[in-house]
Amino acid sequence: MEVKGETYRITYESASATINCEGSLRLYGTSGYNEIVELFNKVADLKPKTITLKLDELKFLNSSGINALSKFVIRVRNQKASELIVRGTKLFPWQGKSLKNLQRLMPEMKLEIS
Amino acid sequence: MNGKLFGNFVDMGDSQEFLIISFSSAKTPIQERWRHNSISADFLANYWGTFFPAHSTAPNQHAEVKDAVNFIANELLENAIKFNYYPSGFSMSISLYMSHEALRFYVTNSIAQDNLLIFQNVIHELLAENPQELYIRRLERNADEESGKDSGLGFLTMLNDYNARLAWRFETVQTRPEVTLVTTMVQLPIVRA
Repeated sequence: MEVKGETYRITYESASATINCEGSLRLYGTSGYNEIVELFNKVADLKPKTITLKLDELKFLNSSGINALSKFVIRVRNQKASELIVRGTKLFPWQGKSLKNLQRLMPEMKLEIS
Repeated sequence: MNGKLFGNFVDMGDSQEFLIISFSSAKTPIQERWRHNSISADFLANYWGTFFPAHSTAPNQHAEVKDAVNFIANELLENAIKFNYYPSGFSMSISLYMSHEALRFYVTNSIAQDNLLIFQNVIHELLAENPQELYIRRLERNADEESGKDSGLGFLTMLNDYNARLAWRFETVQTRPEVTLVTTMVQLPIVRA
């Protein structure tokens, strides 16, 4: 599965149940994220044992994008079927500031920022 | 100072450094304006980053400032473009002023009379409530809603994740027909090394 645009690429690799987000995401409003939310939903609904969400190549995310990520985390949390690991990087300071909010939504989520 | 104020609005006055960008209010398609937003936010981030050199005594600050300016400027421009009242013909602007302890963003756009009270109610909520609780509540509520609505997370992210302070000024600049300009101020605490 893949969703891509001029400045970003989201892929899902089923062998490792990993979603990889790359580039800059500044799409228009919540509706701009429909395709990406659809990919996230499909992955959550597959209910793999552990889902890894890789964000360490995601340079920029606007608040509508933060909303899309939160929806995904809440869906995985509510399904109670998968563990969730979110991987970020200190290279992009927004990740240290904003990703901890995902953990407030799902305390058992593993947040790894290296 | 004229106008109606919300929060602790600090005037632009006393800063040593500033940069102002104005935009026409022409009916450019929103997708195109969106692209302009990214370009402006990237430019502002790079410009202000130069005041915090990467080789200084606080090397992380360069990346921190660039990243924060990029996020905040982008959100403010997105809001301005979404809520600007285009028939007014008034231009929009974003400016950044730097003092010793803060970077202050000011974004001005016109607003439709129908949206005034709605926006002021949002402001009351933002200023009165605990931002962290409001933020989490908003995320949970958004997850239950279909897309298409505004996520309402921009200002909350600035308050919650960036320790920013927000304030607003509303000014009636024309009567018949009435035109109101709103200026959003975002104060980002920064200590220059």
